[in-house]
Amino acid sequence: MTIPMTPELLLPPANPITLVDAAGRAVPGDGLGLPGDDVLATLYRMMVLGRRFDTQATALTKQGRLAVYPSARGQEACQIGSILALRPQDWLFPTYRDSMAVTARGVDPVQVLTLLRGDWHSGYDPYQHRVAPQCTPLATNTLHAVGLARAASIKGEDTVALVMLGDGATSEGDTHAALNFAAVWKTPVVFLIQNNGYAISVPLAKQTAAPSLAHKGIGYGIPATVVDGNDAAAVYAVVRRAVTSAAAGAGPVLIEALTYRVEAHTNADDATRYRSEEEVVGWRARDPVKRLREHLRDRGLLDEAAIATVDAEAEAQAAVLRQRMTADTRHDPDDLFRYVYAEPTPELRRQQRELAAELGRAQGGRGAR
Amino acid sequence: MTAIAEHGPGLAAGSAVTMAGALNQALSDALSEDDSVLVFGEDVGTLGGVFRITDGLANSFGPTRVFDTPLSESGIVGTAIGMAMNGLRPVVEMQFDAFAYPAFEQITSHLAKLRNRTRGRVELPIVVRIPYGGGIGGVEHHCDSSEAYYTHTPGLRVVTPGTPADAYVLLRQAISSPDPVIFLEPKRRYWSKEMVSDHGGVAMDRALVRRPGTDVTLIAYGGALATALEAAEAAAEDGRSAEVIDLRSLSPFDDETVTASVKRTGRAIVVHEASRFCGYGAEVAARLSEQCFHYLEAPILRVAGFDIPYPPPSLEEYHLPSVDRILDAIDALQWQETAALVKVAG
Repeated sequence: MTIPMTPELLLPPANPITLVDAAGRAVPGDGLGLPGDDVLATLYRMMVLGRRFDTQATALTKQGRLAVYPSARGQEACQIGSILALRPQDWLFPTYRDSMAVTARGVDPVQVLTLLRGDWHSGYDPYQHRVAPQCTPLATNTLHAVGLARAASIKGEDTVALVMLGDGATSEGDTHAALNFAAVWKTPVVFLIQNNGYAISVPLAKQTAAPSLAHKGIGYGIPATVVDGNDAAAVYAVVRRAVTSAAAGAGPVLIEALTYRVEAHTNADDATRYRSEEEVVGWRARDPVKRLREHLRDRGLLDEAAIATVDAEAEAQAAVLRQRMTADTRHDPDDLFRYVYAEPTPELRRQQRELAAELGRAQGGRGAR
Repeated sequence: MTAIAEHGPGLAAGSAVTMAGALNQALSDALSEDDSVLVFGEDVGTLGGVFRITDGLANSFGPTRVFDTPLSESGIVGTAIGMAMNGLRPVVEMQFDAFAYPAFEQITSHLAKLRNRTRGRVELPIVVRIPYGGGIGGVEHHCDSSEAYYTHTPGLRVVTPGTPADAYVLLRQAISSPDPVIFLEPKRRYWSKEMVSDHGGVAMDRALVRRPGTDVTLIAYGGALATALEAAEAAAEDGRSAEVIDLRSLSPFDDETVTASVKRTGRAIVVHEASRFCGYGAEVAARLSEQCFHYLEAPILRVAGFDIPYPPPSLEEYHLPSVDRILDAIDALQWQETAALVKVAG
């Protein structure tokens, strides 16, 4: 299945694709069927686990166990729906706000939090789960995704790269370059814009004059779509279709998911300075987890016992994370010099000895000088 | 570091070669020997590059190995990073020094750091070729000496050839390197010719003594090497024996070779086209004072470009370090004071 490319079809639909509406009812959506019951159940379970991970991480900042944490609360449908739509051989290029997605991909949560705990810049092996290091400089990861997918095509591998970016990142030059390179090269990349309304404090209206971010696709010759980013079923189906199309050789796909960052930018941010409580309350009512729960419950696919089981699993997982994050980590100053080059240069070895001598003196006290 | 001997077929000894030809041959040989090597950038395919460094490569190796990209330097380096993450060895071209600046974020925040960020799990064997420097009558934005931006960035290797034969050797070594390499090509020397002779298996990160001498060490690289050699020749006529060192590798810096020379001669001058203030010569001078202070007979001098934006073609001759300026610097190295001291001591 590939996505056709006539100019009209490159334009996004007038309304975001929804498969389960805010009240939890199934609705028809752009020819996409509702995912199977087992997929829906997994989406629900993973969202509950993801949200609990997210609240636990925020709590860890308050206990001083994390230096900072950018919450993705409210964006669970994007974080989980997209990850479940990937195949094992695909790659994920996440940003700093996508810790939930990275854990959903299978990366150990403690390794995910290494960056935010301040222990190292990236704590996991990108090749183990095919997840690139979480990217802090905006939009730069879009080009890495295009390059990796291009290399996959050259080598004849069946690999799609999914890159996540926010609404603010669409203003960066690298987003433009990446969309253009991907389209010209017909690279198997899926661009997922999580439009959560704000780039820290700056609302979308100050970010773009485009009718939608998805409309940017047509300028590059990339088919684009808009999806209800709080509908996990729709995000899953839309990303799945995009991955299938890209894997079939039809080139990149651009997806704009409309969602909302319920928490502040990070624990260090004060969101009351730039948005109203009414707005937040309105979005809380469109909660993606609650929506899928209602849907599954109405269809008899989830009962109170099953809900309690998932909640208990999430609690247990959070407890383990809490406990593991309480353990103090050991830091080796020699690591500072170890990974700069394949082999440390003579100058780096000298500086390493310099630091070791300094630390030796410090241990010996002042008299050791 | 890989020695030249491991890189065949190479340049035929005894033949004359231009630096452009040597670079082309190095790319061609690397593409032949290793399927994972790719060459891409702006105009490098059909046209063969604005300086013709990639001439004929697209024909020989096809559009999957050698290709034109859309016009975006950040796009070129950023996608090269993704390709290297997936096992390829991209050799990319930035068309001119100042045109590489749009790629600066990808180079400094990602290319230089990804190995360190991932504790060595992600290796990026990428070569970024950048024609740099002046002396070709180029209009603005075509003549920058941008080396210090890159040498100030840990995680990058920065090399620059001063001679045609070494251009071949260094580029092969750069492509074989497991670390990202900024490969600066002194475009004013692209068409200079040299008879090829083997200088032995010197590693990529080592400097070379290009002309032995006893009185003063001239430290140069890239486009300024030929100027320094010419100055050494002229100095010899004045009875001063200048040793000329070709740094080759700007980062890391070969302290051993350079300090050994300066400890012997007691005098040193760094020559480069780039502006003096916070220029590469400042680092060289600082290192030499730290390591050779008691051997020095005179302050270390810098013969460098002025602290101005690169001048227009009609004025560039006033800016570029010249043979005369190097000779003047040699004259200023307190020879009388030393002679007087020797007399007193004697």
